[in-house]
Amino acid sequence: MISFIGRRFSAMVFVLVSISILVFLIFFATPGVDPAARIAGRNADQQTLMQVRASFELDKPLPVRYLSMMRHLFVARDLTSYVNRGAKVIPQLSQAIPATFSLVIGAAVIWLFFGVIFGVLAASSKRKWLDPTISFLGIVGISLPVFWLGEVVNLFTQSKFHSSIFSWVPPLGYVGLSVDPWQWFLHLLLPWLTLAVLYAGIYVRVLRSEILVVMSEDYIKTERAKGASEKRILYKHATRMSLITIVSLFGLDFGALVGGYALLTEVVFGIQGVGKLTFDSLQNFDLPVIMATVMYSSFFVVFMNAVVDVLYAVLDPRVRRA
Amino acid sequence: MSIKESSEAIFSESPGKIALRTLRRDKRSIISLSILGFIIAISLLAPLYAHFVAHTDPFASSLDATTKIGGKVVPVLQPSTTGLGLGVTPIGPTWNPSSYFLGADGQGRDVMARLLFGGRNTLLIGTLAGIICIVLALLIGVVAGYRKGWVDAILSRLLDVIWAFPVYLLAISLSVVLLTSGLKVGFVHLGPGSFALPILIIGVVYIPYVARPIRAQVLSLREREFVRAAVGIGAKDSTIIFKEILPNIIPSVLVFIPIIVALCMLTESALSFLSIGVQPPQASWGTIINDGLALLYTRPWVGIAPGLLIVLTAASLNLYGDAVRDALDPKTRSRGDA
Repeated sequence: MISFIGRRFSAMVFVLVSISILVFLIFFATPGVDPAARIAGRNADQQTLMQVRASFELDKPLPVRYLSMMRHLFVARDLTSYVNRGAKVIPQLSQAIPATFSLVIGAAVIWLFFGVIFGVLAASSKRKWLDPTISFLGIVGISLPVFWLGEVVNLFTQSKFHSSIFSWVPPLGYVGLSVDPWQWFLHLLLPWLTLAVLYAGIYVRVLRSEILVVMSEDYIKTERAKGASEKRILYKHATRMSLITIVSLFGLDFGALVGGYALLTEVVFGIQGVGKLTFDSLQNFDLPVIMATVMYSSFFVVFMNAVVDVLYAVLDPRVRRA
Repeated sequence: MSIKESSEAIFSESPGKIALRTLRRDKRSIISLSILGFIIAISLLAPLYAHFVAHTDPFASSLDATTKIGGKVVPVLQPSTTGLGLGVTPIGPTWNPSSYFLGADGQGRDVMARLLFGGRNTLLIGTLAGIICIVLALLIGVVAGYRKGWVDAILSRLLDVIWAFPVYLLAISLSVVLLTSGLKVGFVHLGPGSFALPILIIGVVYIPYVARPIRAQVLSLREREFVRAAVGIGAKDSTIIFKEILPNIIPSVLVFIPIIVALCMLTESALSFLSIGVQPPQASWGTIINDGLALLYTRPWVGIAPGLLIVLTAASLNLYGDAVRDALDPKTRSRGDA
């Protein structure tokens, strides 16, 4: 078991190092791309370009620059922004993290709640119309572009019905939990719901089909033969078994969202989170900030991947040998 | 061909035929294919609509265009009545198919005509990206699963890296870098406005989603008796792959196609919404939603209409995907009709 965890986590380090190199190469070694020209702006003259090259150390060889950037990011922790010279990257990132976590955790509570309830209902209900209806809603959920849904929500709550039923909706933005818990809740309620729609759709669909697959397994037939009630089979065996899939899926989705996947929701609702920070810095070609946010994001994704794999190995000994 | 068909009829129906028949009878596939067919048809007719019905060029800004409402000629961009009255507000929907049916955007262009042209681009990019993704994933998955050993190790690590790189961040990084300067590799030069860039970017990003399950399936197929038997009688690798392995993974690949195309389409519109996908003056449903952002509170239809079409298309694709899956794998069918 320990060797499995060891192998899993060394693979994790490998992936993280590869991603950092990949980001670096995308920005500095893509054929036909001159990073100095991007940093200097569209209409920079030769002299400015030379200055930019010198001051950003673009004239040094790639491996040297890569190592220097990594040293500043992880060892000295004093990496500074390209665009806003003097602004340190790590404080910028740590300021954005609470907003993203607030957004993702709240949405996760909502989508897990609805996803599990409706997933079990769709797979088990005796009422014939319920399964197709829930499945249809699930399909609509996964087909809604989150940025568009956010815009429509804004249209109704900020403009059309703002003077009547949605007068309680605060303007777009984010208020810290420690600043004012009630305002924090009000500001995030609609972003939570918007983000949760997509994932609730995914979870309903996955849970429903998992339960149906488990229900056709042999051991369920054994249970039936033993005379166990349908209720007991559904909750004690099928749902419990299917929840393993949901837990691992949740690990991955949570990691991805916390790592910046919530970008579109953050942009639409004006929440200054990690995704928004990354997006803004990408537009300015601010590589140090991008490097920091991408490393942070992929850390969460890779870490949650590894945690899920280890959990699987704990639950299922067969995986350990693979 | 006729000999093969008749021999099949004598012995039994192939699983593929049974699945096809189930699929043809499935209400969901009929509904979703009709909707998709309709959307594809109106998108293909975009140039005809723009030229013969709306008489407009949907790509050139026309700040001084006019239209008729109730017999009166009015400018498309009207002076703002709110605030200081400095800006202009584009005209809202006229609900008259021959002129500014859905109104105009901030540059006085006909939103309806742009919507149809945008549909062509969104559908084209989504479909091509989906196909590239599935073909590459199939290649990687089969090679990694069949060859095992160091080939598998390298390909799997590669998939791990793409998988762990947050999809949007990878797509956005690539887009931001490539869209300003294009891509030059050897003799190939893709210009900044080329659709090839978003297609390639989106296609690559989703490869692990398909390649991982295919690799796992090939790994387990390799150990099955019929593959071992083929190895035992000395069949060539290519024969084993094409005759024994591929036919067994085709069903799961078929299930992936509509889902991945829907996913690629949604990603295309997200990237275009963030203005790093399709570049102006070209349109896609994502760029039109982005145009509509500034007009959201005054002319909501500019942003709402493309979103409705995206939902409709993606939902039809997913619905069709469900029908295909149920036709190929009866286990997941609900108990009601099983």
